[in-house]
Amino acid sequence: MTWFTFPGDNLLCRCLGISITAWLTLLFVFIIVPAVLGVSFGIRRLYMRTLLKIFEWATSRMEMGAKEKNQQLHKPYSNGIIAKESPSSLQQELQELRGSASCLRSEPEFEMADIFYFCRRGVESILDDEVTKRFSAQELESWNLLTRSNYNFRHISLRLTVLWGLGVLIRYGILLPLRVTLAITGISLLVVLTTFVGFLPNREENKPKNGGICVSNHTTPIDVIILANDGCYSMVGQVHGGLMGMMQRAMVKSSPHIWFERSEVKDRHLVAKRLSDHVADKTKQPILIFPEGTCINNTSVMMFKKGSFEIACTVYPVAIKYDPRFGDAFWNSSKFGLVNYLLRMMSSWAIVCSVWYLPPMNREEGEDAMQFANRVKAAIAVQGGLVDLIWDGGLKRAKVKDAFKEEQQKLYSKVLVGEQSDTTHLEDENQEEDENPEEDENTEDESNQDSTKGQ
Amino acid sequence: MGSRASTLLREEEIEEIKKETGFSHSQITRLYSRFTSLDKGENGTLSREDFQRIPELAINPLGDRIINAFFPEGEDQVNFRGFMRTLAHFRPIEDNEKSKNAAVSEPLNSRTNKLLFAFRLYDLDRDDKISRDELLQVLRMMVGVNISDEQLGSIADRTIQEADTNGDNSISFNEFIKASFVVRGNCMT
Repeated sequence: MTWFTFPGDNLLCRCLGISITAWLTLLFVFIIVPAVLGVSFGIRRLYMRTLLKIFEWATSRMEMGAKEKNQQLHKPYSNGIIAKESPSSLQQELQELRGSASCLRSEPEFEMADIFYFCRRGVESILDDEVTKRFSAQELESWNLLTRSNYNFRHISLRLTVLWGLGVLIRYGILLPLRVTLAITGISLLVVLTTFVGFLPNREENKPKNGGICVSNHTTPIDVIILANDGCYSMVGQVHGGLMGMMQRAMVKSSPHIWFERSEVKDRHLVAKRLSDHVADKTKQPILIFPEGTCINNTSVMMFKKGSFEIACTVYPVAIKYDPRFGDAFWNSSKFGLVNYLLRMMSSWAIVCSVWYLPPMNREEGEDAMQFANRVKAAIAVQGGLVDLIWDGGLKRAKVKDAFKEEQQKLYSKVLVGEQSDTTHLEDENQEEDENPEEDENTEDESNQDSTKGQ
Repeated sequence: MGSRASTLLREEEIEEIKKETGFSHSQITRLYSRFTSLDKGENGTLSREDFQRIPELAINPLGDRIINAFFPEGEDQVNFRGFMRTLAHFRPIEDNEKSKNAAVSEPLNSRTNKLLFAFRLYDLDRDDKISRDELLQVLRMMVGVNISDEQLGSIADRTIQEADTNGDNSISFNEFIKASFVVRGNCMT
């Protein structure tokens, strides 16, 4: 062991020892103990306010820089690239096109120019559609000094670059090690509170109770941690591998959770049965389900799978909205895995989210599972300020069903030949009364899993 | 993180596209962002599958034809220039527009060129005539299985009858323009 000792080695060891001790002490005193006891030092709010001021300053510098070059600063329009008129139905638009006052006539009426309508809708969707942009991180109005959210912000001034460099130092030199040590301590206790800096819950009296189901919109696995922070739940979700899988298996040892394989059709009925059993037992914790079935980027709420709404029990909706200015919480599972994602989370400025517990809802008379699901979805969307979409989150990975195209064709045929009994060999879909085809849901071959959490 | 920054699009290229299509600088960068977000393969070109991935386009009955319009003859990939060239047809016509580039006799988004775009959606074989078959094909795409062959055939016949002025049983571009002027309101601006 004598080979190890160099003259400066002893000193180095001692320095390291002292700094690590100091570090850990700070950690415990300022973060872990207050978190456990529920005391706050108010450091968080100060931190957040300072950060926001810096971001605004950075953006104004960039605007000045852009003006010098006589260009407009790239600003993501919150309502899309193109100026869309108010959406009207196929019938209305075609009527406008043709300029005819009368409605559908008995004689088939076709104009060569009818294709203009489809043409325009098609190109509009090429330029900007509602679905594909939900599966990638949201664009920000102002730059938050992270290169990963840097789309069009080039080097403008020295001061800005220096500030960015300082930010990198702080995030990787201080925040990241801080959070990593916390994570290691935390994971070993199965409590990962590392990325928490802001947390503002609301309406606490609506918290889910036993024998109920808690549903929420899904953005990231951290949703689970946030909700678990405030109450104990049983979880339902897709079986994963890797770090996630390890945590899943560990969690099962302490309380009942339901993990399943999304692609196993047999599993689906088994899961539904297990869910009903669990809910029927009033002593068991409420179940936490993310009916979207996949992570969405927190600008919208996508279709809720009806499986969890078929079970006869109270549903407690929860809306979760992340503040994107401090760090983007969306987990783009097709781009990076969990460990990579956690590293990005830990080197962001902060994760700030708002959680709203909404009043419990029950299925009403004459309402089927799908309508109930849509009602809950609308409530969550309104509270969280998200766009309420009818599209399926599964479109992240799968192609859209042909049935929707067939509905469009059906609508157009009605315009041509008027109301006729269709010589159709289409499946008998549950057509709702309105004209917007996207709202119709093919209730029959639902090949997607009903109630899933996870990717 | 990815190639979304417009630093990948050089200033000279932006200028060229501006001259050719008439889009403004910020519009071009914005559309480039969109182009790269559609380009899942990240190789600077879009394939037909990239377009098909847009759900709203996939359910459009004429979706395939519209996608085809972006691809030049016999090619399977479209780069950003080609993308912009096709999109330029859909730019609104401005009253004070003057064509700066003398080589282009008419701006891409002129009324005639817009109508030509629509005409080409019908005229697959590019013989400058819409035959009865071509008309039937498009009709079939638009109505799906909801109308019988006979009825569709009679619709096609009637349309050709009304539009055809020189009696060759097909619709030329000029006849198409005349037939479309029956339509009030300019849908393609």
